[in-house]
Amino acid sequence: MKSTAEKLELVSVTKRYGSTVAVNAINYTFTPGSYTCLLGPSGCGKSSTLRMIAGHESVSDGSIHLAGRDISNLAPAKRGTAMMFQNYALFPHLSVADNVAFSLKMKGVDALARGKQANEMLELVDLTSLADRMPDQLSGGQQQRVALARALITRPQVLLLDEPLSALDPFLRIRMRGELRNLQNELGISFVHVTHSQDEALALADDIIVMNEAIIEQAGSAREVFNSPKTRFVAKFMGGHNVINLPDGEFAIRADGVKILTPEAGMIQANVSAIEYQGTHVSVLTKIAGDQEVTAIISDAEFFSDPYSPGDSVSLNWDKKNIHQLSA
Amino acid sequence: MKLKLNNALAGWLMVSPLMLVLLIFLVLPILMILIVSFWRATEYSIIPDFVFENYEFLFGSPVTYTVFINTFKYAILTWTFTFLIGFTVAFFLAFHVRSLTWQVVCFLLCTIPFWTSNIIRMISWIPFLGRNGIANSALISWGVIDEPVEWLLFSDFSVVLAFVHIYTLFMVVPIFNTMMRIDRSLIEAARDAGASGAQILWNVILPLTKPGIMIGTIFVVTLVMGDFFTVRVMSGSQSANVGRLISNDISLLQYPSASATAIVLLLTVLIVIGILLRFVDIRKEL
Repeated sequence: MKSTAEKLELVSVTKRYGSTVAVNAINYTFTPGSYTCLLGPSGCGKSSTLRMIAGHESVSDGSIHLAGRDISNLAPAKRGTAMMFQNYALFPHLSVADNVAFSLKMKGVDALARGKQANEMLELVDLTSLADRMPDQLSGGQQQRVALARALITRPQVLLLDEPLSALDPFLRIRMRGELRNLQNELGISFVHVTHSQDEALALADDIIVMNEAIIEQAGSAREVFNSPKTRFVAKFMGGHNVINLPDGEFAIRADGVKILTPEAGMIQANVSAIEYQGTHVSVLTKIAGDQEVTAIISDAEFFSDPYSPGDSVSLNWDKKNIHQLSA
Repeated sequence: MKLKLNNALAGWLMVSPLMLVLLIFLVLPILMILIVSFWRATEYSIIPDFVFENYEFLFGSPVTYTVFINTFKYAILTWTFTFLIGFTVAFFLAFHVRSLTWQVVCFLLCTIPFWTSNIIRMISWIPFLGRNGIANSALISWGVIDEPVEWLLFSDFSVVLAFVHIYTLFMVVPIFNTMMRIDRSLIEAARDAGASGAQILWNVILPLTKPGIMIGTIFVVTLVMGDFFTVRVMSGSQSANVGRLISNDISLLQYPSASATAIVLLLTVLIVIGILLRFVDIRKEL
């Protein structure tokens, strides 16, 4: 059931609520057939963006194109998108099979054909045995799969997921994200996934769009966004980076790229201010000139062969490839 | 073991005030009515006894059936109109009035008629609907009709009108309450699945509002079936329901006969509610 992936494009998309701008003229072309995460803190405009793509929120300005058509003013079901809601929004009065077949019923498909297609979808998400259950008899993970099946039965070209994992416990979250990724591979359609967790985005996404204050801060492949943050915000939000001011500008340095050497041996003098043991590695918090904090992450083996304690004088060093100048 | 016993005792003690109230004001009076319904009565005396003659008379009289059918007719007509109006009003309040402030304002507006007594509200229809009332004069002056319409007042029309006027809010409140609990994302999900407005109403909102509709239905049906005053005033004593049968008996001091009718009415209403509850589970709403 692989379908050809279609191109989704945002052209100067803007959302205003009264005088507040929730999404400010963003442009982006989604890679066809990719798993893209819209990542950002709450209130950054990522959910509004998703809801505009889905058609549950009108576009104040700009347009959205899918497969070469302008879909900005179409009804949600006419866009070729399907949305999976944050709390799954399963119809509590309908059985699992009826929930999945809902859109077919709305189209006037007869009951027999509906049942057959719903069953196919339930097979895809591995839930055939629960077809007659009511939603409140299902676990969170099962409910999510029903919501997935219900969205996919409309054969969307793009599946929109609004914080799909936030309602699950941490253990299930990790399992379900694997399932989402597999499903996307299997279907070959684009998934657009809104999340505020950078772990989730890194684990899932081909491409990541980092949003902040109504604009796209940075977009690119997951590795690119993590490895070479362009702005201070991205470096801080993606984590794993130190942001420091050096005489020739502001830089992001990967914490695991910082080496700790004896005083004099490195480039910058520092004082160890705290040690955090984290199992596979140890975070060493240091302070350099100007009271700036730099965290170094070193493997536990390395640390314990030559441990430091708070107050020690050390020096820091890093490879050129691990440091990036920030634009803002 | 001791703790368990104490718990049981504490439980009984905690429910006892309510039980006492229900016992004294609900169970005992009904028992009394039940007992009296088996007594005998003549024109001038009431004799404690255990006979079925009240029931025999009741079920043997064709008047009883007419009056019961009339009662059901009022209940069904009133239910239909209160449901249609109540659902529409609740739907408007819950889904079209966006801000909470306006919802509260509109809701309070709905309750304003309740600041006057039922009886006054009912009676104030009379000058409006009468032969030379406002309705007739307005219709004549507009040229809609040539002479006054007779069926506006003292008819089934006026009875049902008064019932609908008095009881619609009993439908609005529970339906509105249930509608407010419907997760708005369900409506978006339905729209996402391609449902039109009417399809959303029929496939999502209506089924999810059923418990509220059922509670409203129970209010309206029991109130209408037990009423005697509205029917008397608004029909000009020209039609009767079971309540009037009972009140007539009482005014003639025929308590045993009134009790028997009351027991039959009570059972009828309980059966109706029993049937209604088989269709919808309202426990979630309580």
